[in-house]
Amino acid sequence: MKGILRIAYRLLVNDRGKFAALLVGMTFAVFLMISMTSMFAGILGKASATVINIGARVWVMDPAVFTVASSIPMPDYVLDAVRSIEGVRYAVPLYSGSALVKLRDGTYQAVTVLGLDDASLFGRPYLVEGSVEDLYSENAFAVVRDSEFPKLGNPRIGTEFELNDHRAVITGIAEVAVSGLFGIPTLYTTYNRAIQYIPSMRNTTSFILVEPRSAAAVPAIERRVRELGYLALTSDEFKDRIATFYKYQTGLGTNVLLMTVISFVVGLSISGQTFYTFILENLDKFGALKAIGARGSVLTRMILFQATFTALTSYGLGIGLSSLVIFGAKLRLPSYAATVTYRNLGLAFAMVVVIAAISSVIGVRRVIRIEPFEIFRG
Amino acid sequence: MASVAIQGTDLNKWFGEGDARTHAVRDVSFDAFFGEMLYIEGPSGSGKTTLLSMISGILRPTSGHVTLEGQDIWAMTDDQLADFRLNKIGFVFQDYHLFPRLTTLENAAIPLVLKKTEWDRAMDEAIRYLDVVGLKDRAALPPVKLSGGEQQRVAIARAIASQPDVLVFDEPTASLDGDTGRKIVDFVKREILTDRRCIILVTHDARIFEFADRIMKMEDGRLRRIEDARPH
Repeated sequence: MKGILRIAYRLLVNDRGKFAALLVGMTFAVFLMISMTSMFAGILGKASATVINIGARVWVMDPAVFTVASSIPMPDYVLDAVRSIEGVRYAVPLYSGSALVKLRDGTYQAVTVLGLDDASLFGRPYLVEGSVEDLYSENAFAVVRDSEFPKLGNPRIGTEFELNDHRAVITGIAEVAVSGLFGIPTLYTTYNRAIQYIPSMRNTTSFILVEPRSAAAVPAIERRVRELGYLALTSDEFKDRIATFYKYQTGLGTNVLLMTVISFVVGLSISGQTFYTFILENLDKFGALKAIGARGSVLTRMILFQATFTALTSYGLGIGLSSLVIFGAKLRLPSYAATVTYRNLGLAFAMVVVIAAISSVIGVRRVIRIEPFEIFRG
Repeated sequence: MASVAIQGTDLNKWFGEGDARTHAVRDVSFDAFFGEMLYIEGPSGSGKTTLLSMISGILRPTSGHVTLEGQDIWAMTDDQLADFRLNKIGFVFQDYHLFPRLTTLENAAIPLVLKKTEWDRAMDEAIRYLDVVGLKDRAALPPVKLSGGEQQRVAIARAIASQPDVLVFDEPTASLDGDTGRKIVDFVKREILTDRRCIILVTHDARIFEFADRIMKMEDGRLRRIEDARPH
């Protein structure tokens, strides 16, 4: 470290009270920003849970569909039409719906039911208990063991319940990558059983899952599907569509954005004010340095270094604190939706840089304007 | 005859505007020589500190020139002027302006650090200057642990660390008791003043006049006279 930066460092950290106040303020701001954005990222991740868990590369749907939960059934001919598109290796139907199950103790529980293509069971989850073939047995359902699993009374293989007056039997316990957003258990069964058990409209195909022959074939498939009057999206495009829906059409994004902005403003005001006070209290020292012969650029470097050091330290502490809180929350609440993503970290870093920059500018403007003569006059 | 260290010519300084405009220094010209201890003396408000600030490069005069080694310092750019202060002038402020968060050694090393001397070398050099002022054994302490006289000595060590041609003291005895003040100035005259250095000292403390070589008497911003204070 260069000598003058070492001096700046000691001036900063040796003033323990001020330094602690600066760290607390900025760490709190980083903590808030990361917590807010991580919760939002977690919610968006859970909102796309089915897309992630099913794993299809291309999804065909009605153009008015924005989430998996709000599917609009398509007529059967669409499946045939999609299958006939050049570049499609195969295409299978997916049923997605919700139902009420009656447990053995007489209570009801809402569930999400996913009906997989009978022939291929494409999109089936990983079974930790039971075998895939058992899904073909009579009244068979696989249940996902996630944070909602206890709501079905922690079923085991062979557990029975009623679904729309139909007998249902658990033949498999599954695990998936991401659990759902709405806090209800998920059941997998075959497509035909799903539409047989759950009251449906005339059309029953919620989505068509497409495996293209190659990535290059995807644009042509999307275009041909559009010509049919439907919408084909890659899984990433569908996840973006879902995220866009939650961000801009539910108020969720606006609320999180507002809270993030508020935490930014709180952080900026705390650290800006504290840093400015720090500069004011050391103004005579900066003036003395200027009188002794420090150039304006040297003083600017010192202040920039102090602000940057504080910002980066706070950034690290804020990440640590928010990660710790999220980890702790997930231990207590398995369904807690929060995911620290690189994008969140990048956003928080950018905001911290802005806070440091504004704090520095305030300090530098004040220090550059000091007249060393004022030091002589005391 | 000693050579001229710094020269002030027709120096004027106005402060304020309109009715509040004040003529703080009026047509002051003088020469300060190497090897001498030159006092600027006068009552409060006579323009002593303003004059000292102009000749040390921290307050631009309204008119007039300050020349060091044939160069008008007020014709310099801001950065050149900062370099001039760093290399040619050593400051001992009235309130010392030491950094309480740094050690005594680090305080003394500041001019060396500003001159981009490598850190360890700067500390090695600074300890030598602390030794000169008799505070080598206090190097690791923060200035707040030192007495007023010791703090004054640290400020002197800091001022001489860059080996300046001109040392300026602003009211060096103002914060010290009479005995300590006399000892400090005596020390400065004996140990710090050399043939290649000029010391300019602002004071109105008559108890230290015995150490002056010449005394510039200021009054109402004017230089009334320059007295030769050396014993004949």
